[in-house]
Amino acid sequence: MSDATTNEIPVDLESKRLSVTRPDVRFDKQGEMSDDERVQKAMQHFAKDFGYVAATYMEACVHCGACAHACPFYEANPDPKLTPIWKLEPFKQAYKREAGPLSFFYKTLNLKSKVTVEQLEEWQELLYDTCTMCGRCTLVCPMSIDIATLVGMARHGMFQAGLVPHELYTVTEKAEREGSPLGATPKVFADRVEWMEDEHEVDMPLDQDQADVLVLMSSIEIQKYPESMAATGKILNQMGKSWTFHTEGYEATNFGMLSGNTQWQKDMTMKIISTAEKIGAELVILPECGHAYQALRWQGANMLGRPLPFKVQHISEFLAEAVESGAIRLNKVNKTVAFHDPCQVSRRGGATPAPRKVLDALGVDVREPESSGNLNFCCGGGGGVITIHRADSLRYKIMGNKLAQLDGTGAEMMVTSCSNCRQNFDDSGEKLHWDKQMNSLLELVADNLVEDTKS
Amino acid sequence: MTLLDFARGPAMQFAIVVFIVGISFRLVGVWALRHKPDLSEPRQTDAWKGGLKGLVQHAWPYKPFRADLVKEHIIGYVIHLGLLFVIFFYKPHVLFFQDIFGFGWPALPNGIITAIAVITIVALIIALVNRITDPVRRMLSNFDDYFSWFVTTLPFVTGLATAANIWWHYETGLAIHLLTVWLLLIYFPFGKLMHAFWFGVSRYTTGSRFARRGGIA
Repeated sequence: MSDATTNEIPVDLESKRLSVTRPDVRFDKQGEMSDDERVQKAMQHFAKDFGYVAATYMEACVHCGACAHACPFYEANPDPKLTPIWKLEPFKQAYKREAGPLSFFYKTLNLKSKVTVEQLEEWQELLYDTCTMCGRCTLVCPMSIDIATLVGMARHGMFQAGLVPHELYTVTEKAEREGSPLGATPKVFADRVEWMEDEHEVDMPLDQDQADVLVLMSSIEIQKYPESMAATGKILNQMGKSWTFHTEGYEATNFGMLSGNTQWQKDMTMKIISTAEKIGAELVILPECGHAYQALRWQGANMLGRPLPFKVQHISEFLAEAVESGAIRLNKVNKTVAFHDPCQVSRRGGATPAPRKVLDALGVDVREPESSGNLNFCCGGGGGVITIHRADSLRYKIMGNKLAQLDGTGAEMMVTSCSNCRQNFDDSGEKLHWDKQMNSLLELVADNLVEDTKS
Repeated sequence: MTLLDFARGPAMQFAIVVFIVGISFRLVGVWALRHKPDLSEPRQTDAWKGGLKGLVQHAWPYKPFRADLVKEHIIGYVIHLGLLFVIFFYKPHVLFFQDIFGFGWPALPNGIITAIAVITIVALIIALVNRITDPVRRMLSNFDDYFSWFVTTLPFVTGLATAANIWWHYETGLAIHLLTVWLLLIYFPFGKLMHAFWFGVSRYTTGSRFARRGGIA
């Protein structure tokens, strides 16, 4: 697929779910390459990351199939091929044949056959459409294999082989070229900040030369939930922080990471790091976005090649600290609440206690479903899945299961701290005629902030 | 040289060498691959403690998964504990190890060991039937899974036959039993039986990685 083709596909801003408009003709193969070349590139870029961690995981699987029982995709559609570890089968095959300690035997005796391009094309759906990299499968694995990380690595190979689903490739390419996957270019961002400033009468510094705190937003918030910007501004102003948004580094999402292009992942991360360094920020606050937390908090330093010269916090962590230290005070909300944990922030990010501290400060009665916190059941929209139209029907089924769990708590109000989860609840909730809506933790805090006129 | 001499002599030596060299080669081969340092700021230090916790964390399924997986865990424990008791606490086996190591330990009564062996074989058969009938496991399975099952089950069967003395010729039967054990040792480093080691490496790795972050896995 040439870039000219991708440029012509507009972002669909009317839909509850942000992606490119449903393509009439799909281009799920990119670039001009022979089949052999595709296979070679897939394997080469998959193996490039091969450290002992990934190798250990490849060696450890005993084919017990337990992982199927934790996967939201398998639960929604019990087709054996949706078993998490099966999603890595061609790469396991390649590891044994090419990289493992016994590869000599496997190759010489041809015990593992060579991976074919047809196999990889078949696996595109398994690696992209039916895995959000939520990592729930690891919880049940008797060998504790981190399958989500392996899927991320397999995507590196798939991207280089030009085998990324149409929509995900399109938004990723847009993000690399325009600075945002969903049309939130620097100009659009600046306009929206100005709009929200007027609308909510909140000062929102933009492009300051110096600031202690650099605040990022995800394009979902910029385009769909711009109140998040005002909410963040309101809280930071109340705390008297020196902070800024910056048009050179504002986009928190990292579709380079999601689609599997390591170089683009680095480009996207470096924009943020350079901007934070330029303005001398001590803290970078990530918005309500799950994968952004993975990309900067846990992978940022590894992209840079040295420890980050600033601290990184998800907004829920920042708010938890603010309520704990008494830097902000909140009005009590007299409601029962169920919280949906974003997988990348909770289970895979480790910030699980933060939103609970904030909810506690709001005085709400939190009702947890059985699988909550670190055991959370994924909403089915992460990992880029929500952008892919052909993944819709399964995503709605997963959401059906998710809504049943949340409704089962009997809570009056639903809250999360990830705008991608939130748009999935909006989109799927409408399809499934859900009688509730998903709310933002950040906006709930801003709405109930005790405004102190002295500061 | 009788078959028993062969089994007790060169066959045993060969099997033990393959077993030890093979295991070391495979473990070191993986360990020698690139170790990438993680430069992100750890949420908590002492990740090794999380690694140790990780070793036991998946010994029993978390609550939401119990209904689906408890049966599998029980079968797994029966097989593994059965192996442990029969290999290390059957009187003739203790004597065999005493010969090699120069010291022994108390054995369990023969009747109990026989019962354990029978129960273990039944559990192995259930595991195999599950593997064949469950669509997920059937799809995941390859030659290694079935052959590993075969070389694990065979010594139990030949061992029971030897203990019950139902071979046409006792010494030949004992030799066959020994040879099936050597087959297990020889195959061990090449297939999934290596999970006896990988389970520790993999669980520790995940446990320590996620302790560093603060989540669980």
